[in-house]
Amino acid sequence: MIAMKNTRNTMHYYLMLLPGLCLITLFSIVPMIGVVIAFQRFIPAKGIGGSPWVGWDNFTYMLQLPDSKQIFINTLLIAVLKIIAGIIVPLAFALMLHEIRLAFFKRIVQTVVYLPHFLSWVILSGVIINLLTLDGVINAILSWFGAEPVMFLASNFWFRPLLIISDVWKEFGFSTIIYLAALTAINPVQYEAAVIDGASRTRLLYHVTLPGIRPTIVLLATLSLGNVLNAGFEQVFTLYNPLVYETADIIDTYVYRVGLVDRQYGLATAIGLLKSVIGLVLIVISYRLAAKFANYRIF
Amino acid sequence: MVRSQTWVSRTANGVLIGFLALTALLCLAPIWHTLAVSLSDKSAAAAGIVYAWPVKFTWSSYEKLLQDSKFFDAFYVSLKRVALGGIINFALTILMAYPLSKQARQLPGRNVVTWVLVFTMLFNAGLIPWYMTISKLGMLDSIWALVLPGAVPIFNVILLLNFFRGVPKELEESAFVDGAGPWRTLLQIYIPIGLPALATVTLFSIVGHWNSFFDGLILMNHPSNYPLQTYIQQLVVQLNTQSLMTAEEARKLMEISNKTLNAAKIFVSMIPILIVYPFLQRYFIHGIVLGSVKE
Repeated sequence: MIAMKNTRNTMHYYLMLLPGLCLITLFSIVPMIGVVIAFQRFIPAKGIGGSPWVGWDNFTYMLQLPDSKQIFINTLLIAVLKIIAGIIVPLAFALMLHEIRLAFFKRIVQTVVYLPHFLSWVILSGVIINLLTLDGVINAILSWFGAEPVMFLASNFWFRPLLIISDVWKEFGFSTIIYLAALTAINPVQYEAAVIDGASRTRLLYHVTLPGIRPTIVLLATLSLGNVLNAGFEQVFTLYNPLVYETADIIDTYVYRVGLVDRQYGLATAIGLLKSVIGLVLIVISYRLAAKFANYRIF
Repeated sequence: MVRSQTWVSRTANGVLIGFLALTALLCLAPIWHTLAVSLSDKSAAAAGIVYAWPVKFTWSSYEKLLQDSKFFDAFYVSLKRVALGGIINFALTILMAYPLSKQARQLPGRNVVTWVLVFTMLFNAGLIPWYMTISKLGMLDSIWALVLPGAVPIFNVILLLNFFRGVPKELEESAFVDGAGPWRTLLQIYIPIGLPALATVTLFSIVGHWNSFFDGLILMNHPSNYPLQTYIQQLVVQLNTQSLMTAEEARKLMEISNKTLNAAKIFVSMIPILIVYPFLQRYFIHGIVLGSVKE
């Protein structure tokens, strides 16, 4: 009797899963079959079945392209700098905020700083461009000091710092909250004990606060390893222009231009596939490390 | 921390508060400035003399915006997308998370399905195969192309799955004993219990739908089908090319383009996010805690 009921329930469970699984198959699994285009000289009119196979040609061609080295360096550099800034800035900010006892002030600051996280890169880029044009407010302020106007968005010197700074602007509030949550979880008894022993504020920071949130720092740092090839497509795409391709072009923007603008499907798929495979390996490594050092499990 | 404060400590506090307040203001300043530009006189904005307050205050950009039918078409596409996408994400998150929160002996194949989900979250085929699949399905220029490919937000499914696992099993067992089937148990026990968690993930998916622009750009051939963010992105591209010109060229183009109107459009497309922001904020920390709850 009970066994029969269980089977009936199981059937209903499968029924619940069905629509979602169909959609995942259609939009995630089917495209995975499409990656064979990476090994073809793909001609859209002939489809996957009719296009000629070219083996690893697309991959060797990719490695010979004069741009590939620069694009790889750009991607890595931008992503790694963002990761480092994305750990240090929110950590410093959270530590400062944690020192403040005024609850309402803390709350207002938190509310303000993580607002940009919820706005899209389109909006933020519109705002940034508006600030940085020749007749924008930043150049107006520079002119008070007698400086020449700077075309920030056309400058290969300024573009990468701009990406890092604007990324920090958008995301540091979000990570600050995570660190603050970890900070409030430190047992107050530890502080009281240290104060009774005569510890100063600086010593409290080094001997109670920082050790208390070390697991969180380690966890966030390890998990960000999976992102070293994600330099932030939406941000770069909405801010860059041909004049700064040299310093700003990343794998994702390159795939977009080669694939959907120039319609070299085989080449673009090959680059995308290579990135996905390396990305997957990195994520698996980072999850393994996170499980080992911070006891982290996704489910 | 109850120790009496010396004046050194008090000064340090003052400096810290000042610094934090300044940083917060700096975060808000670019957005505030955009608002000021949108409310300024056109020539003042073009001359670059608007800072924190509108110069020669006027509503004229917003009046012009009200007559801009393209803007409202795009706004409508976005609203449709958020409504459809939000409902579909909501339903499918529940329908995936509930069965997958069961033990493998209650649901044979559960572990395989879960790993397939995680795999599709971590590995994607790349832009081109994805684009060609949707194009082959004949979905280009259809609202479904913006809604169905992301119909199952896998990360949200995992969050909710973890939450459902924390629900005491006795609740479900007693429901079964009383004769309720899985659907009724889901509707009358799990959904009400999971409401705060569901609100969190649904808000996130709504914000995600509102904010995405790239799928609109590549999957919609006709600009009349663009969602709002894609429409704004096209404006931003124009703004950007303008920023590359010499002052003289820019001045010429300025006569046809419109800085204050663009600023007004950018600001108006922020408004829906500003409206849901208090709710986001309330559930936000909850969402983070939710993600960290593991069995």
